[in-house]
Amino acid sequence: MTEVGKARKRKEDARLLTGRTQWTDNLRQPGMLHVMFLRSPMAHARITGVDVSAARDLPGVVAAFSGQDFAAEQGSLPCAWPVSEDIVIPDHPPMAVSEVRYVGEAVACVVATDRYLAADALEAIEVDYEPLPAVLDMNEALAPDSPKVHEAGNQAFTVKITSGDVEAAFRDAPVVIDRTYIQQRLIPSAMEPRSVLATTDGDSFTLWSATQIPHVLRVMLAVVTGIPEHKIRVIAPDVGGGFGSKLQVTAEEVLCLLLTKRLGKPVKWTESRSEGNLTVHHGRDQIQHLRLAAEADGRIRGLQVELLADMGAYLMLVTPGVPLLGASMFNGIYKMDAYEFGCTGVFTTKMPTDAYRGAGRPEATYGIERMMDELAAELRLDPLEVRRRNWIKHEEFPFTTISGLTYDSGNYEAATDKAMALFGYDKLRAEQADRRDRGDPVQLGIGVSTFTEMCGLAPSRMLGAANYGAGGWEHGSVRMLPTGKVEVVTGSSPHGQGHVTAWSQITSDALGVPFEDITVLHGDTAIAPRGMDTYGSRSLTVGGIAVLKACDKVKDKARKLASHMLECSPDDLDFAEGVFKVKGTDSQKSIQELAYAAFTAHDLPEGVEARLDSDATFDPENYSFPHGTHLCAVEVDTETGMAKIRSYVAVDDVGKVVNPLIVEGQIHGGIAQGVAQALYEEAVYDAEGNLLTTTMADYLLPTAMDLPDFVTDRTETPATSNPLGAKGVGEAGTIASTPAVVNAIVDALRPRGVHDIQMPCTPERIWRALR
Amino acid sequence: MIPAQFDYVRAGSLGEAVQELAADEDAKVLAGGQSLLPLLRLRLAYPSKLVDVGRLPELTGVHDRGDHVFIGAMATHDEVMRSGVVNADCPLVALTTTKVADPAVRHRGTFGGSLAHCDPAGDLPAVVLALEGVFVTRSPEGEREIPAAEFFVDYLESALRPGEILVGVRIPKLGAGWGYHYEKFHRTAQSWAIVGVAAAVKRSNGAIEEARIGLTNMGPTPVRARAVETALRGVQLGDQVRQACEEAAADTSPPSDLHAQPDYRRHLARVLTHRAILNAAGSP
Repeated sequence: MTEVGKARKRKEDARLLTGRTQWTDNLRQPGMLHVMFLRSPMAHARITGVDVSAARDLPGVVAAFSGQDFAAEQGSLPCAWPVSEDIVIPDHPPMAVSEVRYVGEAVACVVATDRYLAADALEAIEVDYEPLPAVLDMNEALAPDSPKVHEAGNQAFTVKITSGDVEAAFRDAPVVIDRTYIQQRLIPSAMEPRSVLATTDGDSFTLWSATQIPHVLRVMLAVVTGIPEHKIRVIAPDVGGGFGSKLQVTAEEVLCLLLTKRLGKPVKWTESRSEGNLTVHHGRDQIQHLRLAAEADGRIRGLQVELLADMGAYLMLVTPGVPLLGASMFNGIYKMDAYEFGCTGVFTTKMPTDAYRGAGRPEATYGIERMMDELAAELRLDPLEVRRRNWIKHEEFPFTTISGLTYDSGNYEAATDKAMALFGYDKLRAEQADRRDRGDPVQLGIGVSTFTEMCGLAPSRMLGAANYGAGGWEHGSVRMLPTGKVEVVTGSSPHGQGHVTAWSQITSDALGVPFEDITVLHGDTAIAPRGMDTYGSRSLTVGGIAVLKACDKVKDKARKLASHMLECSPDDLDFAEGVFKVKGTDSQKSIQELAYAAFTAHDLPEGVEARLDSDATFDPENYSFPHGTHLCAVEVDTETGMAKIRSYVAVDDVGKVVNPLIVEGQIHGGIAQGVAQALYEEAVYDAEGNLLTTTMADYLLPTAMDLPDFVTDRTETPATSNPLGAKGVGEAGTIASTPAVVNAIVDALRPRGVHDIQMPCTPERIWRALR
Repeated sequence: MIPAQFDYVRAGSLGEAVQELAADEDAKVLAGGQSLLPLLRLRLAYPSKLVDVGRLPELTGVHDRGDHVFIGAMATHDEVMRSGVVNADCPLVALTTTKVADPAVRHRGTFGGSLAHCDPAGDLPAVVLALEGVFVTRSPEGEREIPAAEFFVDYLESALRPGEILVGVRIPKLGAGWGYHYEKFHRTAQSWAIVGVAAAVKRSNGAIEEARIGLTNMGPTPVRARAVETALRGVQLGDQVRQACEEAAADTSPPSDLHAQPDYRRHLARVLTHRAILNAAGSP
């Protein structure tokens, strides 16, 4: 059996589970100092004075600085995605100098010999604020008389994309559905808080950070601080989750680097959970206005999407790009004649938003999948039937959608049939009818989500066309060691995904070496110098393929060496299970023997160097498009408003699977995170712009105790955009599950005249909808 | 999440703990730390000194005292929920304790700590109020007994005086014929009750002879649903029970917070009280 496809337990886990970890906060450097930041308690204010002198005098305090103290060198935090011609990218000082624009923005810092003294010293800093009006509501922010977040106004950008004749699609349409949905603001809640450790030897700098993007970070730190790129080494040691929140160049990373530069000593900063809730970039936060025109039989004529996207106070690394990642996904898996997408980015005095698991695609999928249920209800059709009448049929792939993407492969029929059988769809519908007839206080709802998403971010030429500031390739290298073991170096920087295990499986098959003989190095710009890092379900479909391609090159070299040693033509060699064999003979060389021969270099052919290694860069031609059918049954207690998931079936098609155990874990975690948006999570600001959900007592995260057993299964339609046929799985569960759950709740309540519940669907909201 | 500086002393005896507290009005008792430590770490409390009462024998254990069970203030939730005598003679306490937070908190958090903290969203105050427990305290003036009805003074404020320590709580045994239930309504397993209802019901000849009802998170303190208790007296199970429970929110002043508005909490109190009574009346 090949390694690819085996449910291997992860190589990473024994170490992680027994606590032998290298989280950034565990790391120590001799003479290390601790940094704490004083953060603005005001949503919007002019800073008229910062006095750090009292803090400087406290015991253990080495230094204290205001934003002014770094004004000349701290630069501006970068935005790498200017999505439109009209975009406004405001200056974003890591430490505020003259104005604060959200609660939590850093205004001063203390460096002390321990964290406790630093925390105490923060209380001795005096800041004078002159309050300015908070700007919190996107619609109000766009009114001409609104107070401004930035001098240039509150509109960050506008984008409009049209395909087909939208006006014709809506003219005389038998059915038009018009809905507005709110994507609430979410707080990514990685298990490991952010942490930064920076040190210098006086000439060069090393920065450890709990980051998803050591390579991008290195480039950006050089650009922002002016420290030459070759003098900066960035290390992402063990990183405990990110979900997009660590796909960022943060104020704290920049400032720790500048502090170590100024003080000449190592400095470390680790956030508390409450600090993180305030200042880890937030996710989602859109108002979606959707209009869908259809024929009387349910076939879609056209779709109009108008978004307001809350940027928060500044544009961070990919802030404006997030809603745009949904621009070509609102049409989902459906065929239609016309499509229009409009988006306005809006500044508010809140924490900036940015990528959060799915980034733009969950929002789009939610919009279209909710609309499909509304269309079904309007036409009194089963929600799966209305989808069936519109989706791309399996024989129609590759299919270029109305928004211009080419879906390479898929089989929506197969995934849906499988899901329906596992779910017991017809039986649950019968039970639902029965409960309705009986007027049962506990009503049953069934929610459907037949989703797709674009993964494998991303073809560089497509990123270029979208005006993104970098490419989307990935790098891998593979080297055979003298003893026949293998080192794989990957540019993908894992933070919990299991790269070490999956890359070992790929390499084992490609080179015919045992799984155990392979190690995978990553996350250090000195060890893995080239990379584009981990986000957007790209690791396997881009980074894994780069490793595979590097293996192919190693094999080619080995073949050349083997033909020399075995005195035959390279074409006369068969390669299987790590052994080159001369056709029709017993004459053979194992790849381990060849590695040793390359090392000794006693007898190398012309043009072959003394090493059996290679590297490769992979840049996909197209995105990949995982899809699936998720079905959710929810019981709604109409007396209390409590919605409880009774059963959940997920059939996902993520293409070729390298490790089913890892895929299963990604789907489970993904569903949990999507359910969390549907039922539990919401970042709430009050009327003054204070974040109210700063602790986990108020920002509710579900645990295993709150979730049902998920029934999962797969169909496997290989992607054609990469040689492995993999599609990516990191975001699928999250994208699919949110609309499945909300559709189920609305389905339960539809006979009572309910056609929407705003997320999170709290018991109180459901109860109010029923009154 | 770093507390401000404080002194720490581990009391060697109850007398010493009382002395330490009496000598410094800004000192606080540290029991299991499950409520106090978050307050310190969020810098919402700045005690000068923590007096650790974790090793005082007078405060530990669960004791069968004939007509009542004495639960030491330092008994952990886990100890209480596993205690034979609590399960046998104060089953409402045992049942409710299983619904407090999660296993980690239940191993650290203490019975006395969660009561003395006087958080109306805590589950146990409503139970002790309904069961008419008696709080036993120690101060430099000696020992004192405080009935539950007088113990919960206001939001996070108990009847304990400066220098006074909760030693334990006497929970009267209800005896035969009582059923019980705790109906906790919360959004996730680990989150606080939006509303909770503790009910003990005594039935005779098919009718409700007596009901005791304590409400969680329906005001700044736990409250007795006296109007429902009165209305239920002598009532047969059936529509009249539902009607009686319509009074559940009478004389309450539920809070408004991120999780619920007052009108919704009043509604929940009525629905959940009905469910709690039916459950309690149905259990042996």
